[in-house]
Amino acid sequence: MADEVASATGIVKRFGATLALDDVGIEVRKGLMTGLVGPDGAGKTTLIRILAGLIDPDADEAMALGSAATKADHSRIGYMPQRFGLYEDLTVIENLRLYADLRGLDRETREENFAHLLEFTDLGRFQSRLAGKLSGGMKQKLGLACALVRQPDLLLLDEPGVGVDPVSRRELWQMVRELTGEGVGVLWSTAYLDEAEACDTVFLLSEGKMLHAGPPGDLLARVEGRVFRLPVPATERRTTLAHLLDRDDVADGTLQGEGVRLLMREAGPPEGVAGQAVPAKPRFEDGFIDVLGAKVSGTSGLAEAYRLIPASDTPAIEARGLTKRFGDFTAAQDISFAVQRGQIFGLLGPNGAGKSTTFKMLCGLLTPSSGAGSVAGFDLRHARADARQSLGYMAQKFSLYGDLSVKQNLDFFSGIYGLKGAARRAAIERVNAIFHLENYSSVNAGTLPLGFKQRLALACAVMHEPPVLFLDEPTSGVDPIVRREFWSHINGLVEKGVTVLVTTHFMDEAEYCDRIALIYRATQIATGTPDELKAQTGSETMEDAFIALIEAADRLREAA
Amino acid sequence: MSGEFNLLRFTAMLGKETRQILRDPSTLMIAFVLPMMLIFLFGYGVNLDTSRTRIGLSVQDQSEAAASLAVAFQSSRFFEVAEVADADALGKSLVAGHIRGFVVIPQDFGRMALRGGGTIQVVADGSSPNTASFVASYAEGVRQTWLASRPDAMGRVKGAALTPPISINSRLWFNPELASRFFLVPGAIAIVMTIIGSLLTALVIAREWERGTMEAIMATPLRRFELMATKVVPYFVLGLGSMTVCTLLAVFVFGVPFRGSPLALLAIASAFLVPALGQGLFISSATKNQFVASQVALLTAFLPSLMLSGFLFEISSMPRWVQAITYVVPSRYLIPSLQTVFLTGDDWGMFGRDIAVMLGFGALFFALAIGATRWRIA
Repeated sequence: MADEVASATGIVKRFGATLALDDVGIEVRKGLMTGLVGPDGAGKTTLIRILAGLIDPDADEAMALGSAATKADHSRIGYMPQRFGLYEDLTVIENLRLYADLRGLDRETREENFAHLLEFTDLGRFQSRLAGKLSGGMKQKLGLACALVRQPDLLLLDEPGVGVDPVSRRELWQMVRELTGEGVGVLWSTAYLDEAEACDTVFLLSEGKMLHAGPPGDLLARVEGRVFRLPVPATERRTTLAHLLDRDDVADGTLQGEGVRLLMREAGPPEGVAGQAVPAKPRFEDGFIDVLGAKVSGTSGLAEAYRLIPASDTPAIEARGLTKRFGDFTAAQDISFAVQRGQIFGLLGPNGAGKSTTFKMLCGLLTPSSGAGSVAGFDLRHARADARQSLGYMAQKFSLYGDLSVKQNLDFFSGIYGLKGAARRAAIERVNAIFHLENYSSVNAGTLPLGFKQRLALACAVMHEPPVLFLDEPTSGVDPIVRREFWSHINGLVEKGVTVLVTTHFMDEAEYCDRIALIYRATQIATGTPDELKAQTGSETMEDAFIALIEAADRLREAA
Repeated sequence: MSGEFNLLRFTAMLGKETRQILRDPSTLMIAFVLPMMLIFLFGYGVNLDTSRTRIGLSVQDQSEAAASLAVAFQSSRFFEVAEVADADALGKSLVAGHIRGFVVIPQDFGRMALRGGGTIQVVADGSSPNTASFVASYAEGVRQTWLASRPDAMGRVKGAALTPPISINSRLWFNPELASRFFLVPGAIAIVMTIIGSLLTALVIAREWERGTMEAIMATPLRRFELMATKVVPYFVLGLGSMTVCTLLAVFVFGVPFRGSPLALLAIASAFLVPALGQGLFISSATKNQFVASQVALLTAFLPSLMLSGFLFEISSMPRWVQAITYVVPSRYLIPSLQTVFLTGDDWGMFGRDIAVMLGFGALFFALAIGATRWRIA
């Protein structure tokens, strides 16, 4: 095809015993935004690197700009790796100059392009700042500018939106969109399914296999007329969802504000439900789930076996003016909230906003500079050990011991949480059965598939049946089915009276929370239920609400 | 297409590398502060010379001969007679570590001496073999000197001059005082250049992998050998700069003589940097991790330079199979030339040979590095 800038068919790539790509084909066309979508470990990065000529496939060959990818004219290919590829000890302009020279840009066009790119990325003011001193969003823009320094014909972006705040993500998207208008062929890889929806054409990759290729509309058409929203009072939404998920005619369900969002097996609204189900707009994720075909039960074995957490008048988690300063840098400023027993509270915010700092103060891992907090009634200043004993902690990236087997990890974590003898054996047996870990018991945790790592991490955190759970980015990078399963467990536990504090950057997951605190630049800029926050900003989705709130906070800052 | 060497890309990467060196305090520490520390350490701290060993003396004879031998020991510049007591007490002192050995002048020494004989007993602490053999041989030396200085030895009539049948008149050339820092300090220069050439080069390439910049520049038209050249040139210059600092320190602070020409030193040092840098590149082609790179560089470059180059331990006194290994340590060919240029003067015949061998090793390492580096991520 004439307007094709990159293509591949029948690509196979193995790393040792794992098959990273299995007979995968892709096509990137001039002037189009092509999405490469899939969960972590799906093979996105491997495929992009093959197109960039950085990896040789085992079978077949990738083409870029009309020649083999490894021999293509790299001065006309822009590539932005996941970590942006910036030299942190060079300044903004020095990074640009370096990449301009490497791509053989002549001196006259150079200055013109720099001026354009600096304006485009709004980095003009920071030209002489070291790249290492830029914020995440600014690094991302500079990374893009470096890839664009000589207008490419093919632009390969490896998860450009990961970890940066939604505002920067949206700005970046618009910038790249402009480029497609100028005729650049863009390949945008992402784990965010909402980004896939906005692409011209989408390749959906899962575990090394291509599940879907074509316009996102094709996938949405599959589920047309099968998506409904059912209003449910906030207090009953979790139990309602669990019941509905156990019905055979329901393919998928999630919480959405004061209601439940359902994907039906057949076209037509659910029958025999209280309340009026209204048709909802299908999303890319619905299509993905439909293609995967798997369904998660609404009943959580973990929750059924869990003890009932007794009711209490005091909040299960409380933060009162928590502040943390590192030198003259304030990482968290005056954070206050209270979470009642049996509630899910979400901390939302971009990377580096202060979520994790707040989290660590409440876990007793960081001593607050001022303010106080309590967990399960234990004051963090005086009874840290007791407070820690009554919480289960699931750290970012599932901090398991990769060199220990599944069984050894379970033994170790049950040990540090003080389980002994028969109680320990019973707890390990229970989680083994619930999370289907038996077959992996002698496998090293480091080599488990991501979904199983996440299950194991959750298992390790709940073996001692704590009344409070702390989950730090618990569903980062896993596929939607695994996420559903995870939330099914959490919802079940909450019904048993467990209190959950969770951080996430998936805006649709924020809907699972009873209440949310939005943290931005170390301050808590908004707190409320998902519906309240949406209403407050007049937005339809959490993402829009989030962006509106951040923009309002920025305006306030500039005015001050 | 961009298959050939491109000067613009090369200078851009060279400028980048230079800026990184200048902005990274740890690189400058390794290049300039570490060498200074090493030179000071070898100049002041490490001293392989023995001076004034503490010994004990037990004189069990009242004769004039015994007394004068005792004086000879006390006035020796190699010994400090710390204790004069009977042999039992000295034995205890030796065990306690107060003295390194002791000399017993036995009861009938005077009588035997008149007959031209006379033996003394020397007891030394065998747990430090170097010191023990030093005590034994120097004690014998003191006795010989004392013997030679007695005109009435062998019962001859006084005044009749005695000429020993053979006399050894030894002169030490080039380092008459046998000061170890004279050869340690040039050796330290070899260590410093090994560190810069192999360790630093391996580290900076591993750093590009770790920080994800390698894949970004690999996706540009940059060629593999352009990248290698921009890693070699700055560290070559840095290595020579560091060598110059060391030399100036050695000559002006430690008074190490410099009898050769600066040109010879430059040629020798430059030749050595070729295998050192080649080895660094070779290491970096095999590892993408700074920690592993530093461990490999320490084990394969730094330690051999320290132990097997003849810098600290003389190669001729090593077991044969260890000697055989030293032939593949490039710094083995650097140390003798370096010591020669400092202590003796220019000997281009020797330098030429060593330089040729070092360049040969360099070519080998570069060939290996180029063969092992694949311009791919996996």
